[in-house]
Amino acid sequence: MNHLSAIVGHIGGTLLLLVRTLKFIGTLPRQWARFIEQCYLIGYTSLPIVTILSFFIGSVLALQSGYSMENFGAKQFIGTLVGLTMARELGPVMVAILIAGRVGSAITAELASMKVYQEIDALTTMNIPPERMLVLPRLAAITVMMPVLAIIANLCGWYGGALVCEYTHTISVDSEAYFTALKEYMKPHDVTDGLIKAEVFGFVIVLVCCYIGLNTRGGPREIGASVTKAVVSSLILILVLDYFVTKALLMS
Amino acid sequence: MSTSPAFTASPFVGKTFGITVAKLTKKFGRTTVLRDIDLEVKPGEIFCIMGPSGSGKTVLLKHIAGLETATSGEVRIGEYDAADPETRNKVHLALVFQAGALFNSLSVYDNLALYPREHRECNEAGIRERVMHALSILSLEKAANKFPSDLSGGMKKRVAIARALVMEPQLLLYDEPTSELDPVMSATLTEIIATLREQTAVTSVVVTHDRDLAFAIADRMAFVMDGRILGVGRPADFKNPTDPVIANFLNPVIDLKNPRFKQLENSHE
Ligand SMILES: Nc1ncnc2c1ncn2[C@@H]1O[C@H](COP(=O)(O)OP(=O)(O)O)[C@@H](O)[C@H]1O
Ligand SMILES: [Mg+2]
Repeated sequence: MNHLSAIVGHIGGTLLLLVRTLKFIGTLPRQWARFIEQCYLIGYTSLPIVTILSFFIGSVLALQSGYSMENFGAKQFIGTLVGLTMARELGPVMVAILIAGRVGSAITAELASMKVYQEIDALTTMNIPPERMLVLPRLAAITVMMPVLAIIANLCGWYGGALVCEYTHTISVDSEAYFTALKEYMKPHDVTDGLIKAEVFGFVIVLVCCYIGLNTRGGPREIGASVTKAVVSSLILILVLDYFVTKALLMS
Repeated sequence: MSTSPAFTASPFVGKTFGITVAKLTKKFGRTTVLRDIDLEVKPGEIFCIMGPSGSGKTVLLKHIAGLETATSGEVRIGEYDAADPETRNKVHLALVFQAGALFNSLSVYDNLALYPREHRECNEAGIRERVMHALSILSLEKAANKFPSDLSGGMKKRVAIARALVMEPQLLLYDEPTSELDPVMSATLTEIIATLREQTAVTSVVVTHDRDLAFAIADRMAFVMDGRILGVGRPADFKNPTDPVIANFLNPVIDLKNPRFKQLENSHE
């Protein structure tokens, strides 16, 4: 019962943070430099790992489906399978997990340390709302960068799959056939559904990580505790939201 | 260095604020940190708060700055409730934190420039002038491009003071401003606080252990002990304090043969 009321309290607190932040949306143009800096930190520095991981996920997806589809004589559909799975599911979820691990944790660590060392208090006495200066640029940056990262993940995954199909002799589907199959049965909304999912995940991760960071109490030890809490909450939220957002998208 | 230029802030156009603390009690869980505090700081006054560490001085200051909410009682700045966030739009308040609370991701210069930039008070040239002036008062010109992590404790404290000066506040709260300063810098700070009062309408509350500072600048002072006010008065009233606790705080007796440490001595034999 206590846990439940705590969770409800945190959800309320997170939504309140969102409302307070959105109130300052008009200040975004004059916070341009901070926004660009966050785009760089959130998006650009995540590129290498997103590229490498999605490439290998696409590859292993092709490898596994090559093995299982052999039995049905359905090898020509590997492109469809890899394409759809990457775009609808693995691309957005994997990028979200990466963002939770390397961006969410960093945001919480930074804000928690600012809280513990009274920098947040200093901002408050200076009448500079932390929501405006710290939360807004990060939320804006993730909103812009998340679809970009998801598109890059899709492309890398698709090409990883194509390479595996072409050069694994047990599969040997050439990339022309692979991409024909990929295009044939995939509709634009399959890609946009995935991007919407990525967008939702990214936004929620950054919001929750900001909330947990700003609500850190106590000494330096609590910074680590907050980071753990932020990453675990993000991962749970990604997987739970994944189900509900997917369901909503499939119904619409 | 105590001949460093006096602070010549533009005389603040506007009101001077007094502070009223009424029946303020603060509990953290079960521990009561402030008990029924009543205080009155007059507009434009320099008010010093002295007392042993752990007596609740920082917590009291945080209530004035609106960073803590009272368990009971209230703090008013002029006619405004200190705990109400709206008050910050009406009163320019600056707090020099005990540990500085500098922004670690910003250079010293940017720490000082943040306030005028965020509040769009003047253009970059004007900000530069204000920042460099505040830095020069505290002999920090050379540190402008350093980051807080590269500074000593005393330098951080000076940056924190400079950052408060740049804000040109109407209410200036200092939490042990001289605790990490050398005697020369302490003297400079004494001059700054006194000069600010001469030239601007600022009200200053100085929490300090530094008897020299307090007796040099205070219009009035208060002694806090265990979350209670032991006495309030002008410095002259405390020259020969009658209260034994205050007397011992101001003029502690150093007893090199204190029996409390006998055991410690024995254990070394
Ligand atoms: N956030 C807090 N939670 C619990 N106890 C606190 C908190 N802040 C201060 N205290 C306690 O309040 C008392 C007074 O602290 P403080 O005001 O910092 O003393 P000082 O007079 O040295 O500035 C101390 O016993 C301290 O442990
Ligand atoms: Mg203190």
